[in-house]
Amino acid sequence: MRRLRSLPPRYWLVLVVVLFFVGLPTVVPSFQSSEWAQVLIFAIVIMGLNILVGFSGQISLGHGALMALGAYTSAILIHRYHMDYLVTIPIAGLLTGAVGFLLGIPALRLSALYLALATFALAVVTPSLIKRPADLTGGVRGILIAAPDPPQFAKDAFGAVTGGSAMTSDQWLYYVSLMIAILLFWFAWNLVRNRPGRAMRAIRDREVAAAASGINIAGYKTLAFGISAFYAGIAGALYGLTSGFVSPDSFPLALSFQLLVGTVIGGLASIAGPLIGGTFTFWLPIVSSQFVGSQPWIPTQIASTFKDAGPAVTYGALLILIMIFAPNGIAGLLASGYAYLRRRLLGAADRKSGHMPPDPQTV
Amino acid sequence: MQEFIQLLVSGLANGGIFASLALALVLIYNAMGLVNFAQGEMAMFATFIAFTLIGRGFNYWIAFPLTLVIAFAGGVLIERVVIRPVERAPVLTLVIVTLGLATLVNGTAGFLFGYEPRVFPSPFSVRTVNIIGAFVSYRDLGVIATSAVVLVLIYVLLQRTTLGLTMRAAAHHPEASRLLGVRVSWMLALGWGLASAVGALSGIMVAPVLVLEPNLMQTIIIYAFAAAVLGGIESPLGAVVGGLIVGVTVNLAGAYIPFVGGDLQLAVALAIIVGVLVIKPNGLFGRASVRNV
Repeated sequence: MRRLRSLPPRYWLVLVVVLFFVGLPTVVPSFQSSEWAQVLIFAIVIMGLNILVGFSGQISLGHGALMALGAYTSAILIHRYHMDYLVTIPIAGLLTGAVGFLLGIPALRLSALYLALATFALAVVTPSLIKRPADLTGGVRGILIAAPDPPQFAKDAFGAVTGGSAMTSDQWLYYVSLMIAILLFWFAWNLVRNRPGRAMRAIRDREVAAAASGINIAGYKTLAFGISAFYAGIAGALYGLTSGFVSPDSFPLALSFQLLVGTVIGGLASIAGPLIGGTFTFWLPIVSSQFVGSQPWIPTQIASTFKDAGPAVTYGALLILIMIFAPNGIAGLLASGYAYLRRRLLGAADRKSGHMPPDPQTV
Repeated sequence: MQEFIQLLVSGLANGGIFASLALALVLIYNAMGLVNFAQGEMAMFATFIAFTLIGRGFNYWIAFPLTLVIAFAGGVLIERVVIRPVERAPVLTLVIVTLGLATLVNGTAGFLFGYEPRVFPSPFSVRTVNIIGAFVSYRDLGVIATSAVVLVLIYVLLQRTTLGLTMRAAAHHPEASRLLGVRVSWMLALGWGLASAVGALSGIMVAPVLVLEPNLMQTIIIYAFAAAVLGGIESPLGAVVGGLIVGVTVNLAGAYIPFVGGDLQLAVALAIIVGVLVIKPNGLFGRASVRNV
């Protein structure tokens, strides 16, 4: 008990967040669990992208393409080879991870700017590349994926908690996404606090000094690419499963872009950031167009144009403002706000008055 | 042979369009070491301005230079408002800001002008003329001529005028230029204005070939990236040569390589970008950079 009490506050925060996400489908309608599953999926990709951008300092505008690879791997395995959908998720992740690892090798030669450029081009080309092998990918029409039935134990457990309501496949897929998200966040947390994470940050901050300290620059940079692609592949497979189909238009340039926006808005090099970023990425376009549509003082004609253009305007403006005023994203804002409050409330060393806080060991 | 020459000329015309946009990218790269991902969207917006002016009854040849002036002012304004606060920020920040700018401009255009495609007029007729056995349209010739004139003007401005010299000095040695009384920050803004005007030109020239809508430049910018990278991203001459090579290559690949066809031409541009960056990152005209560690 005393050990529990001495846990730092962020562990409690993690517990609250996890409980929130576990309990959510029991109180909201089924279609909303599907939406929140997409939030979690975005959070997974963004976590991976954050390892790449935030920790290793490389930039990728092509994570939509990697998601597409994961989604199509899973869809093709289910559709053509009739594999179990749960088995296809790790396969999609590993395959995409391997491809990402290979992409990381030419990326070593490129500066951040060129890497951004090359991955941007990749994201633009992806939809037409997918359409080409039409008998494999289903061409423009894509592939339909049948919604999986929840297994019996999950149905029983869900029924017992909610008092007898039947679990839908949306809710089941939500829990699958949640489990995977928790696992991958835990993995990322451990990764960045240990040797690989420190090495990546050293490379990001000063490559030459890192090399001089004996860090294998090429190894860690490609590793970051591989891991980040692994996350994107897993998320892509889940994305296909929850939306019930994959098509070339599911992975436009805008998706890659949204992912980067989510990474930045959430907060680079932060673990909580991707969850915040995923929530924003998913809800911002929906909420912003709904908000304008529901305001009676805005003429309907303007409101209807805003429905199409609004998300882009909001995204763009928000991105610029955040980069100018809060480069550490929302997670950074929250962290500095918390630190400020803590200093004020606990009366830590106040530079202006010169008061020292009481030393906890002597009191 | 006849088909080959026709493809060559239309490839050169496309290349002229890519070259203008690539030149805009190079101007900004030279000014501040940044690839402006919003260049295409800014050009698209300027094209909408030209469209509106023509729709209000302006003669094409009045609307055209007027648009370039507005685009220039818009470029300067964007630099002052959006880029200046992050001028000294790391590359990642700058890239993200220009991406945000691209989305913002794209959304604003959709908001103001709508998403329905529009037909943009061209001053050149689409009738063809017979040149050594091949049929070439006046429009292609007009585009090639216009690009050539503008590129020569930019060259003269940068290499033969005091203003051009000051701009180049401010880009290469900002500290020394500042000591000599050059207002470096304003030179950056000027560079943005110039790039914006040159980019607008590419938009106005490409809009009659495609249709005018907010996503007009989304593919063109990829070709322009390929052109700029191929030419070595800091060389204006390289951007022009790169643009022409990309235009011709993409056209020929689309016609003669069955796998590429009409819909994978963009993949050719991607292949050029990746190929050049991996094999010869300095491009055709770029200098090898020396890094101080």
